[in-house]
Amino acid sequence: MDVSALDEASSAGNAVGIGEIMQAIAEHKGCGTSGGSGKASCGSQAGQGDLPTEIWDKVKNHPCYSEEAHHHYARMHVAVAPACNIQCNYCNRKYDCANESRPGVVSEKLTPEQAAKKVLAVASTIPQMTVLGIAGPGDPLANPKKTFKTFELVAKAAPDIKLCLSTNGLMLPDHVDTIARFKIDHVTITINMVDPEIGAKIYPWIFYNHKRYTGVEAAKILTDRQLQGLEMLTERGILCKINSVMIPGTNDQHLVEVNRAVKSRGAFLHNIMPLISAPEHGTVFGLNGQRGPTAQELKALQDACEGEMNVMRHCRQCRADAVGLLGEDRSAEFTSEKVMAMDVKYDLQMRKAYQAKVEEERVAKVAAKQEEVAELASEMSDIKLMVAVATKGSGLINEHFGHAKEFQVYELSMAGAKFVGHRRVDHYCQGGYGEEGRLASVIRAINDCHAVFVAKIGGCPKSNLLKAGIEPVDQYAHEFIEKSAIAWFKSYLDKMQSGETQHTQRGDAAIRQGALSSAA
Amino acid sequence: MPFKIIASQCTSCSACEPECPNVAISEKGGTFVIDPKKCSECIGYFDEPQCVAVCPVDNTCVVDTSLPRYQARA
Ligand code: SF4
Ligand code: SF4
Ligand code: SF4
Repeated sequence: MDVSALDEASSAGNAVGIGEIMQAIAEHKGCGTSGGSGKASCGSQAGQGDLPTEIWDKVKNHPCYSEEAHHHYARMHVAVAPACNIQCNYCNRKYDCANESRPGVVSEKLTPEQAAKKVLAVASTIPQMTVLGIAGPGDPLANPKKTFKTFELVAKAAPDIKLCLSTNGLMLPDHVDTIARFKIDHVTITINMVDPEIGAKIYPWIFYNHKRYTGVEAAKILTDRQLQGLEMLTERGILCKINSVMIPGTNDQHLVEVNRAVKSRGAFLHNIMPLISAPEHGTVFGLNGQRGPTAQELKALQDACEGEMNVMRHCRQCRADAVGLLGEDRSAEFTSEKVMAMDVKYDLQMRKAYQAKVEEERVAKVAAKQEEVAELASEMSDIKLMVAVATKGSGLINEHFGHAKEFQVYELSMAGAKFVGHRRVDHYCQGGYGEEGRLASVIRAINDCHAVFVAKIGGCPKSNLLKAGIEPVDQYAHEFIEKSAIAWFKSYLDKMQSGETQHTQRGDAAIRQGALSSAA
Repeated sequence: MPFKIIASQCTSCSACEPECPNVAISEKGGTFVIDPKKCSECIGYFDEPQCVAVCPVDNTCVVDTSLPRYQARA
């Protein structure tokens, strides 16, 4: 498809009735699987906080950067970059880049032209899609021609879409100027170490300057290039997020040092992800039995790094061709076959109207929370506990327990409700009949929580949850998550004070190993 | 002896294609192939065959022993 066709598409169809807008909003209300709000990872409870305005403007609507925004805005990835120039021990190159996706997923590879058309098709269907990322399936900067061609086509046809890219950093210094020229304002670099001795245990080799390097020598080049690239980007005012894969026994302690190194070079956000290694993925780590962290270990490390800088907790390790709100994948609706057959009308006005509506929702949610936090101030306690929430978006408790594909986890304390992560689970409810095995796996995934908030729940799972020591809470159905969680926490504290219940510690939870797929 | 790609192992990642100094590699039927007439074993360009060095799957770009060795042109 040539670019002029894209241009035409973008200017077509400016007149939309308000009815159509409301229709679009109604259609998308129920499709997210994420919701709620908490400490925004961009360093503030619900708003700009202490961030400089120019940075806040860049992140406030970016689902991968602002925890708060990711309940309302969507991102998509296009898989135009299959080649890679390094080897990671947690990656099997038959599948997508494990730095950016869960291991074991395969994306549909696209040409830049196909990718641009797909972006327009998705943006026209999902008005909250505001971000296009290129993250693989290999390394975008090992495929610079395809990557930048895609950005060029999209920037021409859909100038309101933000562009971002993720890289292992090896070729980053060579491309910083191009990245700046294309107005790519967010870059993610995966940095797992700043010590080549540790790097040698993670990266068997790199391909650089027409040569394959191995061992400590390879890791030394890689870390030098990553940190140099990071410095060059932040000098130019381009936001950098750092991804790190937590590999217990290999770099878990060391990541605190990585955190310091990247912070001092101006990184904006640090996203620590669990290693996912199952033998069936065929990765080196998967085969040699290197385990991933438990939910408790991951949270402890994230907490340790949080004093140093913003830590991102809502990353879902989505796939290289993901479409939708974080935690949701609508990519099956946009396969290249379907996209090529679509007649795409890119409608900037409708998108803007929709996004204005979303802003109203966000304001309402923040206001509701602040009321409850103010009341909480009268209580005194140093208890901290976690609760899980079933939600499909908009910051509401609006998902049936049995339909939840994931649970949002909040930590409740005197400071209020803080979003600390999400737990993906398989659908518990299949056609109305819950199965024992699935319920058990849901309980394992939220085993560290004291309660689970749902819009609705059946009698049988209810009693099983109670047996496991997790209180099912459905009295706040369709209300704001944080406001409800804080209200529940208050009554919990009251019950303890009156001696009605005793506070107990919960155990650890398991991190699910499979890939997020639309089929779930 | 030019190099060849063992198709059953190739992931079609395309990493080798732009690295070949002789533009000997191209996509064909979903995987990548080396044109034996163009491959110079990287002699005269690099110390290591580039396709071998960049390929993520070990022993996928290998010497094709059924063909004679490349003769560097004087
Ligand atoms: S950078 Fe990504 S694609 Fe390349 S080896 Fe590492 S995880 Fe795999
Ligand atoms: S050995 Fe060198 S010349 Fe031959 S195909 Fe590989 S990269 Fe090309
Ligand atoms: S680098 Fe290896 S796996 Fe990738 S396309 Fe070339 S031969 Fe296939």
